[in-house]
Amino acid sequence: MATITSKMLFSSKLFRVFGSKHSCHPLIAVRKAHFTYFPDTAKTEYGETSRMNLVQSLNSAMDIALGNDPTAVILGEDVAFGGVFRCTVGLKDKYGADRVFNSPLSEQGIVAFGIGLAVAGATAIAEIQFADYIFPAFDQITNEAAKFRYRTGNLFDCGKLTIRTPCGAVGHGALYHSQSPEAFFAHIAGMKVVIPRGPIQAKGLLLSCIREDNPCVMFEPKILYRSAIEEVPIGDYSIPLGKAEVLVEGSDVTMVGYGTQVHVLREVATMAKDTLGVSCEVIDLRTILPYDLDTIINSVVKTGRLIVSHEAPQTMGFAAEIATAVQEECFLNLEAPVQRVCGYDTPFAHVYEPFYLPDKWRLMEAVKKVTSF
Amino acid sequence: MLRRTIIGLSKQLQTLSSNNVKQCRGIHRTVGVHADEGDDLKEKPVYPGSKQLEFVNQLNFLNPDNEPAIPVYRVMDRKGRIVKHQGASEDPNLDKDTVIKMYHDMTLLNTMDKILYDSQRQGRISFYMTNFGEEGTHIGSAAALTKNDWIFGQYREAGVLMWRGFPLEAFMDQCYGNSGDGGLGKQMPVHYGSKELNFVTISSTLATQMPQAAGAAYAIKRSGKDACVICYFGEGAASEGDAHAAFNFAATLNCPIIFFCRNNHFAISTPSTEQYKGDGIASRGSGYGMMTVRVDGNDVFATYNATKAAREICVKESRPVLIEAMTYRLGHHSTSDDSSAYRSVDEVSYWDKQDTPIARLRHYMVNKGWWSEETEQKWKNESRMRVVKAFEKAEAKKKPSPDLLFTDVYKEMEPHILKQQQAMKAHVMNYKEHYPLDKFEKWKD
Repeated sequence: MATITSKMLFSSKLFRVFGSKHSCHPLIAVRKAHFTYFPDTAKTEYGETSRMNLVQSLNSAMDIALGNDPTAVILGEDVAFGGVFRCTVGLKDKYGADRVFNSPLSEQGIVAFGIGLAVAGATAIAEIQFADYIFPAFDQITNEAAKFRYRTGNLFDCGKLTIRTPCGAVGHGALYHSQSPEAFFAHIAGMKVVIPRGPIQAKGLLLSCIREDNPCVMFEPKILYRSAIEEVPIGDYSIPLGKAEVLVEGSDVTMVGYGTQVHVLREVATMAKDTLGVSCEVIDLRTILPYDLDTIINSVVKTGRLIVSHEAPQTMGFAAEIATAVQEECFLNLEAPVQRVCGYDTPFAHVYEPFYLPDKWRLMEAVKKVTSF
Repeated sequence: MLRRTIIGLSKQLQTLSSNNVKQCRGIHRTVGVHADEGDDLKEKPVYPGSKQLEFVNQLNFLNPDNEPAIPVYRVMDRKGRIVKHQGASEDPNLDKDTVIKMYHDMTLLNTMDKILYDSQRQGRISFYMTNFGEEGTHIGSAAALTKNDWIFGQYREAGVLMWRGFPLEAFMDQCYGNSGDGGLGKQMPVHYGSKELNFVTISSTLATQMPQAAGAAYAIKRSGKDACVICYFGEGAASEGDAHAAFNFAATLNCPIIFFCRNNHFAISTPSTEQYKGDGIASRGSGYGMMTVRVDGNDVFATYNATKAAREICVKESRPVLIEAMTYRLGHHSTSDDSSAYRSVDEVSYWDKQDTPIARLRHYMVNKGWWSEETEQKWKNESRMRVVKAFEKAEAKKKPSPDLLFTDVYKEMEPHILKQQQAMKAHVMNYKEHYPLDKFEKWKD
């Protein structure tokens, strides 16, 4: 259901005009971003590194996956020429047209075809061009992929299926190039849902997803595709699913987020320390389902205050799950009501994006609120 | 002069009207009517995305109403007599044992259907769907495949499993959701599956298996195995978007898959006349670039021949084939449906009396001297006994441990699910008298 608009926006011709010359996609880096990117440093045991953006690190992960596993294939709309975001560049030439191939324009077909590949024993890496267009495949994901092992009594499974899809705000993506639909998928027992915050993480998490014996959806914050650059290990490594990461240690407030929002939280932590003298602990959830509640609980027991933040709309967003669980587990430790700093309960509108996003100023206000409660 | 002009005009008119008639005959003939000879434009269309385009200089819509219907391929008539085509028959000449196995499996399925249908009426199982009238499509197609071929079904294809040797008790265990069920009692009755027999477990969601089957076929092709995939679906399911995706993906990605449509005229209460306006499902095949055939689904040999040939095309040419088997759903849609609310008893009775796949094959066997009233009676008693025996065994088994509610959500049990499993167990132990623990196997500690 990728719209005609998106086809026009991301046609290869347009891409050549706006893309390669400026080495960035037309949707990316046009206006000043609402966050400051905090690069990661790779663990030394991962070995030799190279400077990569998020697109290149994903490409590197898929290169390794295809290289190590002869059953692995990549399919999706426009992946053969390298993808509208260039994530699959060079892979068709390296591994063959039967392993990296374009599908007809049908999301339900892409996911189902991927399920079938996985059921028959192949490793399937399916791309949905924008997370906004994953909904035609919702039935295949929730009723089929997620339940395959369960309903067959483990006779069959599609654990070798990974779905990659660009998500999140990008400055001017409006309604159908900005969505963060992770909460819809967090309600699906049987799926794993992952969102990386940068290139090192993206590569390690994607390799985990691909090798994982459960179907995974990886939402990739597309605003980071080219703006997030760091030294990424060139070799094979993986980052475990289901584990959150404490990025900044603090004692007064716990802040939980994922994807691009982690960078907003890190900036807020610095601002809060500098201007309010408040010490914030920043946690990157990394995996939305199954999520690492223990790491959050340990932090909230220490700080007594929690702010959860995501770009997706507030009502029934994933923050609601975290807030409820923390309230159940940390009732006696909480010094203030849990705050949710999220997108508003509206569609994602074009020109109003700066007002819609849960930016650092809305988060600063939340920090003030929980510390003065 | 004037007269000459009039004659000339009328000739032109004649040519015009005959052109019109030709063009109105539709798709296959339109390509023959190109730009006029005197037309100095020798241009050819160069648009990408279609093969062998030609220009025409006259507006003509293709009218499906003027197209002949795709014919129904058959091998034997309603009396089980092999029909001839240009003096030759297409009798696959299967040996006696194979034909008798076909008949045994069709009738055994029929007997199992009757007993399980009744058992649902008595409240012993929660749900059932019979295969009445469609046994021929199952057995004919299954017999033409090898055991390496994978099967994706909808839910009314139990005969395929029967042919492959799925034991009667395994059918019953699944319907009872007891400890013998390979699916661990998680799905509704008739949602069978067998890893060993390459029969991918049924799910209720219609048509979802179709693009999955195409993906599986792609993987099987890449693995280099001499195998294909067959995917069954009803004519109602063919209206789903997933059917469109499946046909298109299979064709563009050259998947060795047989799409086998059981067109039994009803999707629950909806007759096929409200399901589509074209010439059934078969007419869609060529639109996707698929080899296509329509067969008499009540003719087990026609189904067999078509499937066997389709398998050859799939495996040798790596391309999909569509088979539409015309048949009639004799039974209710399911035990939750009373079909007399939307169709006449007379109509059902016609098919039941005049044309069933079982009766047709019996005629054939009798004609061959392979079957008699005596063998029929003997087999009826034996098959009934076998079904009843399996039924009683299945009914006596306990349901699996309640613990298994939590297994296989993920490959490993995730911590949050383990926690819920422990909480459930603690809760049930506290409120034992309110749960049917006696019907379930004990928790394994």
